[in-house]
Amino acid sequence: METVKIAPAKETAAVPAVRKKRKWTADHWLAAAFLAPSVALIFLFVYGFIGWTGYVSVSNWNSLVPDWSFAGLKNYQYLFQDFRFQADLRNTLVFTVLFIAVVIVLGQLLAILLDQKLRGESLFRNIFFFPMALSFVVTGVVWQWLFNPSTGVNLFLKPFGLDSKWYTDTTIAAGFHWGKIEFGIPVAMIAVVVAAVWQMTGFAVAMYLAGLRAIPDEVREAARMDGATEFQLYWKIILPLLRPITVSVIIIMAHISLKIFDLIYAMTGPGANFVTDVPGVYMFETTFRGNYYANGAAIAIVMLLSVAIFIVPYLISSRKGGS
Amino acid sequence: MAKPLWARPFLYMLALAMSAFFLLPVYVMIVTSLKPLDEVTLADMWKLPSTVDWSSYATAFEKLAPNFWNSILLVVPATLLSALLGALNGYVLSKWKFKGADALFTLILFGMFIPYQSILIPLIQFLREIGLYNTIPGLVFVHVVYGIPITTLMFRNFYAAIPDEMIESAKIDGAGFVRIFRYIMLPLSVTGFVVVAIWQFTNIWNEFLFAVTITTSDKQPIMVALQNLSGSQIVQWNVQMAGALLAALPTLLVYIFLGKYFVRGLLAGSVKG
Repeated sequence: METVKIAPAKETAAVPAVRKKRKWTADHWLAAAFLAPSVALIFLFVYGFIGWTGYVSVSNWNSLVPDWSFAGLKNYQYLFQDFRFQADLRNTLVFTVLFIAVVIVLGQLLAILLDQKLRGESLFRNIFFFPMALSFVVTGVVWQWLFNPSTGVNLFLKPFGLDSKWYTDTTIAAGFHWGKIEFGIPVAMIAVVVAAVWQMTGFAVAMYLAGLRAIPDEVREAARMDGATEFQLYWKIILPLLRPITVSVIIIMAHISLKIFDLIYAMTGPGANFVTDVPGVYMFETTFRGNYYANGAAIAIVMLLSVAIFIVPYLISSRKGGS
Repeated sequence: MAKPLWARPFLYMLALAMSAFFLLPVYVMIVTSLKPLDEVTLADMWKLPSTVDWSSYATAFEKLAPNFWNSILLVVPATLLSALLGALNGYVLSKWKFKGADALFTLILFGMFIPYQSILIPLIQFLREIGLYNTIPGLVFVHVVYGIPITTLMFRNFYAAIPDEMIESAKIDGAGFVRIFRYIMLPLSVTGFVVVAIWQFTNIWNEFLFAVTITTSDKQPIMVALQNLSGSQIVQWNVQMAGALLAALPTLLVYIFLGKYFVRGLLAGSVKG
């Protein structure tokens, strides 16, 4: 299969291959001077502050008054032995995997659906995209009402013998114990995943649709000429062509889900037995409600590392592949 | 194309069913917000209101109006400033590239993905230090700073599509850094500004973590106030839903009227330079 270039966003125009060595003119200095404040701000507010947080995470600052004395890895040790944080890690993993899987499957399905030249396509497109314009807080508030334990979606499910308590449910499905922590899928998390999927699927649809539109018609026609059914066309040819987009979708959704805070804070909070707790919520409560700054900083650093594992290789590879 | 006869109707049914899933929360939100409190019972969630009662909107508006205003005061300057900064950075990083510019750009870009929890503690200390803690200008500042990566990315991609030859010939005609920006780039940037402004407007309006940690009570933007609505006494779901609609209205309107640019921003924000 020849590589067909798929450009989700506008590709940058080809830069002339030979860039002459120029002397820095006054204009170059001016350009640098205009860029300098932003660079300085980023270095201080991103890298400097991350370093600062890193230092707080190994300090003894666990009260209202800053205490900069060195504590070593004590805060991290505490964290990883902490039941709540262990539950958080499990929940984040479950949330991330379920959320990304559903967003990708649903995103591809809806994008392919929209690509079938349906009447009213733009209306359908607008309906699938609009939750993107909303805040996670709005989404959380509305779905909290929809998943209200004694009502909402449950009235549809009752006839099927499902009597779910949703976000107040403390059941861990398919659970097994691993140390102190019960591993498995917290049932209450499913409600949060549904809300997050509702909010973010439009993003994946938009990306896949842009990808589908970038695939030349000749590809489809050639496949049909060869006698491929529509299903084969999509399964064997189109979907593999969309793989680079899937990588982007995974990266973007992963970084959103690993740091998610507002949706869960607005919808369920930590939940009983921390079944819907995530590091973002824990960090907020520890730091700003409990004034355990060092512990909060340690949570934040763990969150940063979990995101960096995805993002750093992505940024480096896209720089090499890009310009 | 020999498609089976049932395919089309099936596709429409699928599209309608999915639309129902996406519109369901909106239906419930509107229906609930129009009910008087005693009709907001759990069993009747799906039913239409027997009479239309606007009072929950009055209550929600009364409670949220000051915060709504805070959000306006926050989002307008923050959007304008960060778009302007992004345009300048994008211009430099696409048309005045120097050695190491791409590496620098990647370093800037990383700031877009970090969990803000990882800078929050120093940020708050810093804002206290300079007297901007619990102020709207403080929040404006924060959004402008942490907006740099995304706005720079968007403008850099946007400007990269403008042919270098135009810049080169302007240089030959004697135009410099500022004149080229002012007379060539800016006039061509209208779409770029619209896309970036919509993106920033939406993000800043919807943002919660900075808002909830940097401001308290009367300085809080709308999303924090909406979240707080549920915290008070018994939850009045009709007021909650009316409040959610009010809080969502500005970004929804932007989406309805400028949806094309909104989606373009979405895609531009998702892809590396």
